[in-house]
Amino acid sequence: MPALCRDCLTTFDAGTRCPACGRPRVLSHPELFDLSIAHMDCDAFYASVEKRDDPSLRDQPVIIGGGRRGVVSTACYIARIRGVRSAMPMFQALKLCPDAVVVKGRMSAYVEVSRQIRALMDDLTPVVEPLSLDEAFMDLSGTARLHGKPPAVMLATLLRRMETELGLSGSVGLSHNKFLAKVASDLDKPRGFSVIGLAETQDFLRNRSVRLIWGVGGHTQAALDQAGIRTFADLLRWEKPQLVARFGGMGDRLWHLARGEDRRLVQRNAPVKSISNETTFGEDTADADILDGHIWRLAENVADRAKAKGKAGRTVTLKLKRANHRILSRQASLTEPTQIADRIYRTARTLFEQVGDEGPYRLIGVGISHLAEAADADTGGDLLDPQAVKRAGAERATDAIRARFGPDAIMKGRALR
Amino acid sequence: MEFSIERAALLKAVAQAQSVVERRNTIPILANVLIEAEGDSVSFRATDLDIEVVDQAPAKVVRAGSTTVNAVTFHEIVRKLPDGALVTIIGDTASARLSVEAGRSNFSLATLPREDFPVMASSEYEANFAAPAKVLRRLFDKSKFAISTEETRYYLNGVYMHVADFDGRQVLRCVATDGHRLARIDAELPENAGNMPGVIVPRKTVGELRKLLDDDDATIAVSVSETKVRFATPGITLTSKVIDGTFPDYSRVIPVGNTKRLEVDAADFAQAVDRVATVSSERSRAVKLALDEDRLVLSVNAPDSGAAEEELAVAYADEPLEIGFNAKYLLEIASQVDRENAVFLFNSAGDPTLMREGNDETAVYVVMPMRV
Repeated sequence: MPALCRDCLTTFDAGTRCPACGRPRVLSHPELFDLSIAHMDCDAFYASVEKRDDPSLRDQPVIIGGGRRGVVSTACYIARIRGVRSAMPMFQALKLCPDAVVVKGRMSAYVEVSRQIRALMDDLTPVVEPLSLDEAFMDLSGTARLHGKPPAVMLATLLRRMETELGLSGSVGLSHNKFLAKVASDLDKPRGFSVIGLAETQDFLRNRSVRLIWGVGGHTQAALDQAGIRTFADLLRWEKPQLVARFGGMGDRLWHLARGEDRRLVQRNAPVKSISNETTFGEDTADADILDGHIWRLAENVADRAKAKGKAGRTVTLKLKRANHRILSRQASLTEPTQIADRIYRTARTLFEQVGDEGPYRLIGVGISHLAEAADADTGGDLLDPQAVKRAGAERATDAIRARFGPDAIMKGRALR
Repeated sequence: MEFSIERAALLKAVAQAQSVVERRNTIPILANVLIEAEGDSVSFRATDLDIEVVDQAPAKVVRAGSTTVNAVTFHEIVRKLPDGALVTIIGDTASARLSVEAGRSNFSLATLPREDFPVMASSEYEANFAAPAKVLRRLFDKSKFAISTEETRYYLNGVYMHVADFDGRQVLRCVATDGHRLARIDAELPENAGNMPGVIVPRKTVGELRKLLDDDDATIAVSVSETKVRFATPGITLTSKVIDGTFPDYSRVIPVGNTKRLEVDAADFAQAVDRVATVSSERSRAVKLALDEDRLVLSVNAPDSGAAEEELAVAYADEPLEIGFNAKYLLEIASQVDRENAVFLFNSAGDPTLMREGNDETAVYVVMPMRV
């Protein structure tokens, strides 16, 4: 059986210790050198970057997140032992782990590190599909001849380079499609390397929960529960037409996933589908002026990013989270795509007024989706709002001033609310 | 309940009723049609809580009574029965079933009690008048294309039907706009319509109403209150809530000072616009109109798909002008013109343009240009 030492990268034929360096971090699998779809996920990325940059944090539980009221965005492994998880409300995390060091997070630093990791991945294959700052799919098909080494060796090299050159660890999943690669990368975190081969796919999935399926959210989960589908074995008992009748478009995908099949390709530069921004308040608020200020700032941020990417949105979304954590989401379609903050703001404002809920809220978000090219955006005026064209013109002028004199050179009074 | 009815009459009545029923429905009774047999006729009633349709058909009623049954299933059954069949319908309250018999076909359908069926509350109408179907058809057909689908501007999601002053007399007027184009259609004010409150007739109601207006000689009884509108023919009554909102002051939108006048054969113009728009990758792409003395050049330039140009002989005697429009909007407006030439009145490339049929000011359209 092909084997690989994850420390010195020697390849050999089976064994529990490396014949070259004698260490036990050996990976062996019958299909080890045949598989080429991989998923790499950094281990506790934000927390690891913080620990790397501030060694005094090394042995302490570290939580990245916004203040007492936000949610945990990342917890280091020490904090995880105490039960802290991502997306957990901060007060709950601090109850579990009162001595945790809470770090606000330095997005610009993470973006920079992410760029460095991306560069390392680009050395392996041109087909890298980032999912977020700290994880990505890679398709290494056909690279064995280029590198003179099979994909598994190159992936182990990647993990080693991340540790030695960047001081960060990651976990890799290697399989024959994206779904299984993503499942595999989670199997022995941190510093993991897991393989799911073609031959063992069905056995591997059989008794596992369908919760493994990426993209199965609360709604699909509830629908699956109701249909009595808990494991992949349950799913296998369904015929394709039945699944489609019950779950719509998702049904077809479920049928294939039940058989460990996933035909989605790893896509470099997966297209952006939406641009959004949200903020959690220091304390719950129902104050219309404060909320108005937030809607404007969020709309402006979304518009700035849309302008930078040359995109425009046809749909505006407003998201509100009530004090009891219930989320309200409202959408409006526009007759033409826009990238003008004023238009996004006004649409979001109308949605806000139409919610008909007094609040208070703990979070507000604004976004655009159904993206189109900037050239198709904001081409017509509004008969019923003749000033709209003038306001859009003023906004373009403001953008030009900011580009020259900095982001604080000019702003709306509304932004100060 | 028991009655016999000719299949064609039944199909017509049920078809109108079932089209009101919302396909996606969380309240089971709203998927049903209420069947009431009494005297020598049967009525079929369906509602989505905003619109109610009652359709009456003559029938041989053996036993009066009423029940409700799934509208779509019932309609499908009747549709598939052979033409000319005599259909016997028997409701059995005890078993909560409705049997439908025709020739050798026999169906038994589940019913829901009629008490559960929401019947729209009757209301006092401030105005009751009669209007020829032909007049209403023109008012709504020529305005409905401009109805907005933007839900944030819900008050634009219908046709604003109201009484207006025009040229020193009162007219019955329908206006619709989505902010990009506007249609304003006038008709002679029917007798007794003078005190009608202005109402916004929802898009779906406009669609259902259209089915009542096919007969040129028919007269429609129209009733209007602040909250409801009703259109009735001898057989069919369509009652609808109106949109609870204020229609914007559209009079400011209609340009009065546009002086550059283009006159063009509407059909030729529409065909040319359609042809050049073919190369644009999106239907929303701009068509450029370049006007010079008696000459119009239509062009589309879509960087990723190609370019097109077409020249038309027109009547134009003002200074040269270049102006862009959404091809779809231009086509929709041009297709409203059916008798005479289309007359466009422009101001500048950034200002709203007015279009009408010849010098007929009872139907005017406004369209917003787009940058090209």
